[in-house]
Amino acid sequence: MSVTTFGRAITAGLRRALDEDPKVVLMGEDIGQLGGVFRITDGLQKDFGSHRVLDSPLAEAGIMGTAVGLAYRGYRPVVEIQFDGFIYPAFDQIVCQVAKLHYRTQGAVRMPITVRVPFGGGIGSPEHHSESPEAYFTHTSGLRVVSPSTPQDAYTMIRQAIACDDPVLYFEPKRRYHVKGEVDESVGTGTPDLGAARVVTEGTDVTLVTYGPLVTTARDAALAASDDGISIEVIDLRSLAPIDYGTVEASVRKTGRLVITHEAAQSGGLGAELAAGITERCFEHLEHAPVRVTGFDIPYPCSKLESHHLPDLDRILDGVDRALRRPNSLTGATPGGAR
Amino acid sequence: MSSDGAVSGSRTTAGATVFPGPAHPDADVPVHLVDPDGVRHPHASYDPLVADVDGAALQRLYEDLVVVRRIDAEATALQRQGELALWPPLLGQEAAQIGSGRALRPDDFVFSSYRENAVAYCRGVGLADLLRVWRGSASSGWDPYTVNMATPQIIIGAQALHATGYAMGITADGADSVAVAYFGDGATTQGDVNEAMVFAASYQAPVVFFCQNNHWAISEPVGLQARVPIARRAPGFGIPSVRVDGNDVLACLAVTREALARARSGGGPTYIEAVTYRMGPHTTADDPTRYREAHELEHWAARDPLARLAAHLDSLGLLPAEYADAVRSRADAVAAELREACISMPEPAPSALFEHVYSEPNSWLERQQDHYERYLALFGATSAEGPR
Repeated sequence: MSVTTFGRAITAGLRRALDEDPKVVLMGEDIGQLGGVFRITDGLQKDFGSHRVLDSPLAEAGIMGTAVGLAYRGYRPVVEIQFDGFIYPAFDQIVCQVAKLHYRTQGAVRMPITVRVPFGGGIGSPEHHSESPEAYFTHTSGLRVVSPSTPQDAYTMIRQAIACDDPVLYFEPKRRYHVKGEVDESVGTGTPDLGAARVVTEGTDVTLVTYGPLVTTARDAALAASDDGISIEVIDLRSLAPIDYGTVEASVRKTGRLVITHEAAQSGGLGAELAAGITERCFEHLEHAPVRVTGFDIPYPCSKLESHHLPDLDRILDGVDRALRRPNSLTGATPGGAR
Repeated sequence: MSSDGAVSGSRTTAGATVFPGPAHPDADVPVHLVDPDGVRHPHASYDPLVADVDGAALQRLYEDLVVVRRIDAEATALQRQGELALWPPLLGQEAAQIGSGRALRPDDFVFSSYRENAVAYCRGVGLADLLRVWRGSASSGWDPYTVNMATPQIIIGAQALHATGYAMGITADGADSVAVAYFGDGATTQGDVNEAMVFAASYQAPVVFFCQNNHWAISEPVGLQARVPIARRAPGFGIPSVRVDGNDVLACLAVTREALARARSGGGPTYIEAVTYRMGPHTTADDPTRYREAHELEHWAARDPLARLAAHLDSLGLLPAEYADAVRSRADAVAAELREACISMPEPAPSALFEHVYSEPNSWLERQQDHYERYLALFGATSAEGPR
């Protein structure tokens, strides 16, 4: 057990995977000599060689398409997409090939490809560097989509993703790269399951579901709400496709209220899927319609405006107030009182 | 650049490099060993590469051409009779596919488009397996690893990257096999094909890009994709290229052997432009009379790959009537087998809908499958039975 940053935890997981399986190869732009623009692959090319950690020509479709060929040959490519907004040139290869080859070939060809995507905002960057494109991929059958929120999960889940025989989109909350936490590298890849959600804080009044960068914000919101006597149960989805509905449903059956928050735009997002899925599963237990607190349905704004776009603690609590039918922004009252 | 007929990307004049301007996409004369009249022409560079091709070997190539053309005709007929939903005919492209396909070793790996049925035949793909996708019974006709040929690609050009990545894996494994990407002239415009050429050159991957320039991308003529012969592009990527007469099976065999040898010996990728012609429609759903003139078809009919090899064999006394009849009978037998395999193909069960989406259990899918099975049960059926 040691204390390390979120980013370093991913590095450690990658190192372990390279060490344990000679078929694991890392591919991406600037990941070798430079160690990646976020330094997540720092030192790996030096230690494992340029045949295991490849600096790729600057073409995302090319990286993804050659990863498909390597997977055909029996390799386990781990692809780094430099920024969320750069993934779209690779979209065709991901959706038409990576996601579907196992199905297309009736299981003959496996695509154990991990796609690492630094995602989300809050770092003051220009356009294309702060997006949350996860819903494009959760809508694509054949893909698994995950997002860790703690250094321990970052370490464990990257190893699980690489070991998984199905393609995994691994969304890294880049604004949390420097968050520190304890990481136990002796933890195996068996538990918790890559698809399992985690109850972050237990509560009885409202279920607050999120993932990735907003888990920390949600936990802080729960702490703040407890001062007002509101008990929030925070759930970190961890897996966005498939969603661990069992864990969310059990919580909503207890609290009767569901608030979902994510940075991504609202329409067609994970919040919509969760609201529908939970409504189908336990409608009779709901005391209020599910509430979504999300990024707006706008292109990612300039950085001086991003704090308006990104859900923060107060906007999340405003959503909680709506779910609880307490005075809130829509009823015209000042949210939260003491906050 | 390996010979006359191959491409020169630039010429040097008094120390200055002058790049050629736009030219007709058919400006460069392709390599050929047998002309349209069946006359064999000596070629200093390529003769040694086919020195082993004796009369018996030429006859085997002829038999291949006859059989794959017969398969193509039968499959087209099966579509017209409603037994196949669609079929992409290869009529006219037999020599390009057989010449290159017969150059490969079993441990080479092919990534093709959907029209390479003759290449699939060379790889040993079963007759029923050629039809499964087109009958709508499966999304892939075969297990790629049993014949070392990937499921034919429908997204134009995507497979060029797969071949390049596979070739990178060959290098990493220290093997001497080769990955071969087949695509058409239309695909050369796609980013994937161009990116594949960059990656292949950068990593010196053992991959052969085999472009069949059949002059038409559905209704778009090659001139819309290229202002110069397509083979001229490759040197710009640092990849040697050759333009070959795609209707000359012997020449296609020779240039492919050269490219494979280069790849096996660490020489990296090669780009082959096989100049041929799609005599039929894009698919059975297409109507070429809407976009091309009859005289063009006549021009290319006079360059027919099968008639050419027949004329050559005849000139060598290797095409006696009884032999030609026997080959035709064998092709008819293959066609009958193909027809039977098509009609007797089992229908997929609804349960197959949910199989192999993932290699591991998936909670979302399990729920949907469970609900659908309950729904089917209302009708007294199960998802393991035939379709509704």
